[in-house]
Amino acid sequence: MMDFIRTRPILLGVAALVVLLLVVAAFPVVPETKQAVVVRFGKPVRILNAYSPTNPIGGTGAGLAWRVPMAEQLVWIDKRVLDVDMQPQQVLSTDQRRLQVDAFARYRIVNPLLMYIRAGTEQQLADQLRPILGSEVRNELGKVTFAALLTPERQGVMDDVRQSLNRIAREYGVEIMDVRIKRTDLPDGAPLTSAFDRMRTAREQEARSIRAQGAKQAQIIQAEADAEAARTYAASFGKDPAFYDFYRAMQSYQKTFLGDPGERPAPTTVILSPQNDYLRQFTGKSK
Amino acid sequence: MQTMTTISGWGERVRGLFADTKGPWGPKKSGDEPEPSPGPWGESPAGRRPAATERGGNISSLDEFLRRSRARFSPGGGGGLPEGGLGAIILWGAVGVLAMWLIFTSFHSIEPGERGVVTRFGRYVYTLGPGVGLTLPSPLESVQKVDVEKIRSVDLGSDSGEDLMLTGDQNLLDLAYSVRWNIQTPELYMFELAEPEQTIREVGESAMRAVISQVSLNDAIGDRRADIEDEVAKRMQLILDAYRSGVQIQGIAIKQADPPDAVNDAFKQVTAAQQDAQTYINNANAYSLQLRQKSQGEATAFEKVYEQYKLAPEVTRRRMYYETMEKVLEGVDKTIIEAPGVTPYLPLPEVKKQQQQSAKESGQ
Repeated sequence: MMDFIRTRPILLGVAALVVLLLVVAAFPVVPETKQAVVVRFGKPVRILNAYSPTNPIGGTGAGLAWRVPMAEQLVWIDKRVLDVDMQPQQVLSTDQRRLQVDAFARYRIVNPLLMYIRAGTEQQLADQLRPILGSEVRNELGKVTFAALLTPERQGVMDDVRQSLNRIAREYGVEIMDVRIKRTDLPDGAPLTSAFDRMRTAREQEARSIRAQGAKQAQIIQAEADAEAARTYAASFGKDPAFYDFYRAMQSYQKTFLGDPGERPAPTTVILSPQNDYLRQFTGKSK
Repeated sequence: MQTMTTISGWGERVRGLFADTKGPWGPKKSGDEPEPSPGPWGESPAGRRPAATERGGNISSLDEFLRRSRARFSPGGGGGLPEGGLGAIILWGAVGVLAMWLIFTSFHSIEPGERGVVTRFGRYVYTLGPGVGLTLPSPLESVQKVDVEKIRSVDLGSDSGEDLMLTGDQNLLDLAYSVRWNIQTPELYMFELAEPEQTIREVGESAMRAVISQVSLNDAIGDRRADIEDEVAKRMQLILDAYRSGVQIQGIAIKQADPPDAVNDAFKQVTAAQQDAQTYINNANAYSLQLRQKSQGEATAFEKVYEQYKLAPEVTRRRMYYETMEKVLEGVDKTIIEAPGVTPYLPLPEVKKQQQQSAKESGQ
C-alpha cells in the first residue's frame, strides 16, 4: 500500500480529486430560497425542498440533499414569492370609457414538478402568465363601470381576476397570491384633455361661487349694520321727533353752509327776507 | 474593523497554503482543489509564481517532501535538523491556520441593530441577536448579517416628471410620496420574497392609488393627508404580511399633492377667489363697525343734548338756533330783501363787485 502511494502519487491525487467531486455532486446544498426537481436521464423523479404552506422557514426540506452523481440532474426552481408585471394596456369599461391599466400579480410555484413539465423554466412561466394576466384583467374590468373602478368595489374585481387567473395558473403548478392594480390612468389625448377641461371648469365654477358667496355675505353684513344703525337712531330720536327735527336741521345748516370743519367754505350769498325768523328781532317789533 | 480585514486576509492566505500541504494526505474538505503551488518550499510567494506551472517538478518535490517527513518521524532517522525544523513549522502552521479558521468562521460579532441569519447547508436554523454569536465553522454554517433597525426609504410618485393619479371624484392629482420601512423578520425578508424592494415599491404604489381613488381631490390636497398616509401604511402592511415579507412599514409621507400643471391656473383662481371673498367680507365688516359706532355716537350725542333741552326747552331751542345761525351767516355775503318790492338794505353793487373779483380769482 505504502509502495503504491510512493510510486503512484499522481494517480492517487487524481483519484482523490474525482472522489471529492463525486462527493460534492452527490450531496448538493439546497438553499431556503429554492426548490429542485431531480431529473434522472430526463425523467423527473423527486423534488427537493418542495413548497408547503404549513412548513415554516427552517422546517423545510432545505439543507443537504443527495442524488446519484452524473445520472441525476437538478433543476432549480425559485421557492419565493415571484411577481409578474402586466404590460400597461387600455381597458374599455361598460360605459365605454377608456382607462390605461397597469397591474401586477404575485405568485408562488407550489408544484415545481408540474411547473417544470408544463412551463420549463421560470422565465418561460412568467412569459406565459403575463398575457393571461393581461387578458383576464381586461375581461374583468370590462364588466364594470368606470366609476366602480374608483371605489372599494375595485378590490372585488381584482379578486375575480385572481380567481380566474388562478384557475389557469394551477395547471402550471402556480398559486396566484394576489392581483393588484398598480395604476389606473386616463389615456393620453382626448380623455386626458377632457378631464383637464372638466377640472378647469369645475374650478372656475368654484371660484365664481366663492366670490358670489363672499359678496352675499358682505351684503348681509352691511344690511345688518344699516338696520342696527336705523334701530339705534329710531330708539334715540323717537323720544322727541319735533326736537330731533330741529336738532338735525341745525346740524344740517352748519354742514351745508360751513362745510367740513377745517376747510374754507365756498363763497356763498344768502338772501334773507325780513320776515325770516332769524331777523324777527331785526325789525324791532316783538313777536 | 481595519484589523479584522487584514487578519482575515492573512488567514485566507494561510488557509490556501494549508490546503496545499493538506493535499497529499487525502482530501479533507470540499471545494479546495489541491493546487500544486509550491507554497511552503520557496522563499517568497511572489518569486515562485512562475514555477507553479511546472506540474511534474512540483509533484516530484512534493514526493520528496513526503519521504523526508517519513524519515523525520522514523526513529533514529538521519535526516538533518533543517528538514525536521521545516516539517514542524509546516505542521504547526497548519494547526494554527486551522485554529484561526475555526475561530473566524465560528464566532460572529453582531452589531446592535443587526441580526445574523444562520443557515446550515443552506437551511435556515436560527437567528443571532446582537453580541457575539457562536456557530459551526464555515462550510457547515454560514451567517448573513441584516440590519433591522435601519429605516429605509423608497421614493414614489412624481419625483421625475408628473405622475397623475385618479381621485374618487375622477379628478387628477399629481402626487409624490415616500415609504419608510425596515426589516422586521430577517429570515422572512431573505427567504420569502424574490425582489423585496421592488415588491415594496409596487405594493406602495398600488395601495396609494387605491386609497386616492376613494377620496376626493380636495381631501387629498387638503387636510385629510394624514388620514391617507395612515390608511396607505395600513394597507401596505396587510399586503406585505400576506406575502410573509418580514417587512414593517414605518410610515408614508406625502411630500407633494398638487393638481396637474395643466389646471394649476384654475386652482390658483380658486385661491384668488377665496381672497377676494374674504376682502369683500372684511370691507363689509369695516363698514358695519363704522356705521354702528357712528349711529351710537350720534344717538348718544342727541340724547345728551335732549336731556338738557328737556330742562328748559324753549331757551335751549332758541339758543341753539341763534348759535347755529351765527355760525352759518358769519362767513357769507348776506342780502336782505323786502318782498314783494326790492329794497336792498345792504349795498348790492358792492356785493356784485366782490362777486366779480372772486369770479376772476377763480377764473385764474
